[in-house]
Amino acid sequence: MNRIKQLFENRNNRKLLSIYFTAGYPHLDDTLQLAKILEDSGVDFLEIGFPYSDPVADGPIIQYSSEEALKNGMSLAYLFSQLKELRKHIKIPVLLMGYVNPMLQYGVEHFCQSCAEVGVDGIIVPDMPMYEYEELYQETFKKYGISNIFLITPQTAVERIRKIDDLSTGFIYMVSSYATTGKNLTVSEETTAYFKRTKGLNLKNPLVVGFGIADHASFEHALQYADAAIVGSAFVRLLSQSDYLQQIPSFIEGIKGDVVV
Amino acid sequence: MNNYQVNEKGYYGDFGGAYIPEMMYPNIEELRLRYLEIINENSFKKEFEQLLKDYVGRPSPLYLAKRLSDKYGANIFLKREDLNHTGAHKINNTIGQILLAKRLGKRRIIAETGAGQHGVATATVCALMGMECVVYMGEIDIERQAPNVARMKMMGAEVRPARSGSKTLKDATNEAMRDWINNPVDTHYIIGSVVGPHPYPDMVARFQSVISAETRKQLLEKTGKETPDYALACVGGGSNAIGMFYHFLEDENVQLIAAEAAGKGVDSGHSAATSVLGKEGVLHGSRTILMQTDDGQVIEPYSISAGLDYPGIGPQHAFLHKIGRTKYVSITDEEAMQAGLLLTRLEGIIPAIESAHALAQLEKMSFAREDVVVVCLSGRGDKDLDNYMKYFNF
Repeated sequence: MNRIKQLFENRNNRKLLSIYFTAGYPHLDDTLQLAKILEDSGVDFLEIGFPYSDPVADGPIIQYSSEEALKNGMSLAYLFSQLKELRKHIKIPVLLMGYVNPMLQYGVEHFCQSCAEVGVDGIIVPDMPMYEYEELYQETFKKYGISNIFLITPQTAVERIRKIDDLSTGFIYMVSSYATTGKNLTVSEETTAYFKRTKGLNLKNPLVVGFGIADHASFEHALQYADAAIVGSAFVRLLSQSDYLQQIPSFIEGIKGDVVV
Repeated sequence: MNNYQVNEKGYYGDFGGAYIPEMMYPNIEELRLRYLEIINENSFKKEFEQLLKDYVGRPSPLYLAKRLSDKYGANIFLKREDLNHTGAHKINNTIGQILLAKRLGKRRIIAETGAGQHGVATATVCALMGMECVVYMGEIDIERQAPNVARMKMMGAEVRPARSGSKTLKDATNEAMRDWINNPVDTHYIIGSVVGPHPYPDMVARFQSVISAETRKQLLEKTGKETPDYALACVGGGSNAIGMFYHFLEDENVQLIAAEAAGKGVDSGHSAATSVLGKEGVLHGSRTILMQTDDGQVIEPYSISAGLDYPGIGPQHAFLHKIGRTKYVSITDEEAMQAGLLLTRLEGIIPAIESAHALAQLEKMSFAREDVVVVCLSGRGDKDLDNYMKYFNF
């Protein structure tokens, strides 16, 4: 069974934390080491970004990490070569996140095949159109058992959320507000209403909140309505410090706190 | 008859579409559902045409360039978009889009700009309509194009430097898209070329199509025939070219020629000749041809002309190129600069360096004396004087 599915089915009210980081940042060959430390620190699943030169959905922090990663020589092909060893070390679900153009150049089928070979469980590609996935790629994703994760926002209409729920096979990525990545979530009535409204739809797929989750408070708030939350920019910011490896466990502990529900 | 226009799914053959993150979807979907209805309303058409006439100064003249014609042995007409208010074709589109934005109830306008021409045209219509205006411009371009930055500021626009990536046009476009993601409700994004997610390429093409609509009428008056033998235009993203080609696409006897910037030479590593150097992929929300690495990273192009150094071309151009309806040619900096000087000396018209790329193609063609050739003179060269002066050591 797909590790993502397994994770959410067996979570028993445990609130889950996912961490995003850009592959190749701060150093080209950090990927597996970071994954291992994160798993050991209690992170429940990982999103590994494959960098792109023009990341329009991202704020300054992830833009910077992407630029640096590309300068360091990261590419999709290189990332897959690093990930050959992934499942020797890492048990938790791993998703790749990035933009559609590098995936198209690599080839969609080849991409899914490489994911399956190295043990990547799903992908998040925000600028891949839903109709294109449905018409052109869905079968390929199924063939290799790769989950495609869709995003929803406060403005996504209910019918569209239902359609996304039908097409989704892992979870639904609930973007917290109108924003690019890295803007801290302000807990407003509007956000709370959106979280409540979405939870109230009783979707088949788990809900995972991302964008703006930076600390324990925003993590806690999101988890009142969702099954998991993702920290991206706040973690990538940590990686710019010289002793980031030592700081990771306490950073994760700080986000999670003692979340028991 | 071939269909050269966008289909109902937003594609030109394999090109086009809307590759956008979900955060942009409601805005793009609203535009997609409403743009045709709005621009076909009588009140819209009336206001658009009135402004083009009284404010922009249309129809722009179709001028028979006699001395240039004698040099090349053909009847060469210049479509004088350089005589428009603000000095280029860009304003045709910004007038259309600001009228559309008003009807969508938006009160804030954002735009990207490279050389500053589209930024100026946007700032202009925002001043005209009393709307808030933010123009994103690469930090490097802000330094290179100081007079246009000053024009935008004088018109009340805020010019925000794009500091990401290569700090030029493509990054300004990224920043404008990010602004729209963060301000989805009250803001309209006026894209300056026939690029971006559907429906932008089609919408911008329709606004610019006034160029060829007028040309047909003017040719009929001047030559007794609505169509030329050749129509030439330069291509960065490709909006003046689409405007020039639009109403000739189905006249298969009209040879359409688009001049791309080869920079220091197609194989020099300093070029913007997308149709030669590019591969199919996705850039700024549409599937098109773009300059990229094997890993799908966008390559920063080079041209002496700041309006042509874009790493992609509009999806309709990608389609016209692939099916062979339009011929794409590469013009180097040197060829363009010489053509700009030549026009100045023969006709007393200083063209924008962008437009000079189209003129340079004349040198490479052979004509019959009775051939009718139309060149889109997309902009005037005032903004390029510094560049010309330096290049020729005046």
